[in-house]
Amino acid sequence: MRSRWSYVYFLFYLALGFVLLFLNNDLSKAVITLMNVIIVLVPLISTIFGVMYFYNSKEFTELLLAQPLKRNSIFLGQYLGVAGSLTMSLVLGLGIPFILYGLFRSDAIWDFSLLLITGGFLTLIFTALAFNISLSNENKIKGFGYAVLLWLFLAVIYDGLFLMSLILFEEYPLDSFSLAATMFNPIDLSRTLILLKLDISALLGYTGAVFKQFFGTDKGLIVSILTLILWTVLPIWLLSYKAKRKDF
Amino acid sequence: MIQIENLHKKFGRNQVLFNLDLDIHSGGIFAVLGPNGSGKTTLIKCILGMVIPSSGEIEVQDNTIKKNWKYRQDINYLPQIANFPGNLKVKELIRMIKDLRQKESKEEVLVKLFGLEPFLDKKLGTLSGGTKQKVNIVLTFMFDSSLIILDEPTTGLDPASLIKLKELILQEKNKGKTILITTHIMQFVEEMADEIVYLLEGNIFFKGSVEQLMTRTKQTDFEHAIAAITIQTADA
Repeated sequence: MRSRWSYVYFLFYLALGFVLLFLNNDLSKAVITLMNVIIVLVPLISTIFGVMYFYNSKEFTELLLAQPLKRNSIFLGQYLGVAGSLTMSLVLGLGIPFILYGLFRSDAIWDFSLLLITGGFLTLIFTALAFNISLSNENKIKGFGYAVLLWLFLAVIYDGLFLMSLILFEEYPLDSFSLAATMFNPIDLSRTLILLKLDISALLGYTGAVFKQFFGTDKGLIVSILTLILWTVLPIWLLSYKAKRKDF
Repeated sequence: MIQIENLHKKFGRNQVLFNLDLDIHSGGIFAVLGPNGSGKTTLIKCILGMVIPSSGEIEVQDNTIKKNWKYRQDINYLPQIANFPGNLKVKELIRMIKDLRQKESKEEVLVKLFGLEPFLDKKLGTLSGGTKQKVNIVLTFMFDSSLIILDEPTTGLDPASLIKLKELILQEKNKGKTILITTHIMQFVEEMADEIVYLLEGNIFFKGSVEQLMTRTKQTDFEHAIAAITIQTADA
């Protein structure tokens, strides 16, 4: 992708990393602040980038479709190009300041790598979702709208609904329900995963204890990573399924 | 060269191609004509595999095109609207397409023929419509393929370039290539086409040479003959 925006994105993270470290003067605190930024911002940027790139390169896609190429390789190639460069910007942009600050000599290294891994996953997931949306909508404005709505829903509205349902059904045992509900939203899942790794689950109260029991163990970690992988693979598969059947 | 059987294509509720059979043999220039929205571009895109038929069979050089992409190696396609990624340079675009095809190409000759040398280092976004179309033509003709598909090749070209394009098409024809052209410029068809395929409402209404069309419609002028064919249907 010959895009200025991925450099801007990279520089943004680079600046963010330095500023946070400068203000916090402490690695683990900076990691917590970063988490809040990553959880909300990464999906948003990936969604918007994905949609923008897809619509912008439409003509190019049509040019490629007439060439002796497999449809799958065209679309997956574009997808990996966008998601890959976004992930690179994220990892390098945040990695460089933290390494300069002495990440390797601190205990926060695992928390930090988990943060980057979930950030990477979120990029892959939301770029794939964005590609799916733009592939099914010829109309740019509509596609953009749906993509932003999707982000808004998963990042903000979902949490609200989740909380409301917890309050409404207070009297019932909700452990498995809230666990499942968390799994269904990649943003929530990533947030819970990082919070628990950072060992501040006390913030989450009663459910936090249940989560801790579940996510804190190795089994929980594996299950949640697997769910994230599933969240990545499913949209990519859907993308290639749709791409094979689409008319241009 | 191309065999099409029972081709149907629907876009939602809009039936574009209906039970279309077409047989195009090797060699010669075939003009695909028809009023706006008669399915010309859809037909071409079906052959290219860009549009997936609702039902029916298409074979190109005895290979079915379903779930196949290698057959496109032997097709050159000129799209109707020359839209290229604006941030690429002309040179880079040509190189990229060459990389994709891995075939011998003669782009230098064509670039010279259309006088595109000063534009090679310019970005595609800054080119005028006609120049873009010339780039489009270079990309289409630079490979040696046995089937060439041109969707409205004359749009935006100045008279001098049009003459060069005609020469280019005739050259390819003399090499024994099969050339499929859609256009609305009847003079161009009259001059160039060996055979006419007239599409109307998603089906083939007439297939034959220019002379056959004249005798059938009892017209002496080609443009009127084409107009007459449309009016005949309106009466029927």
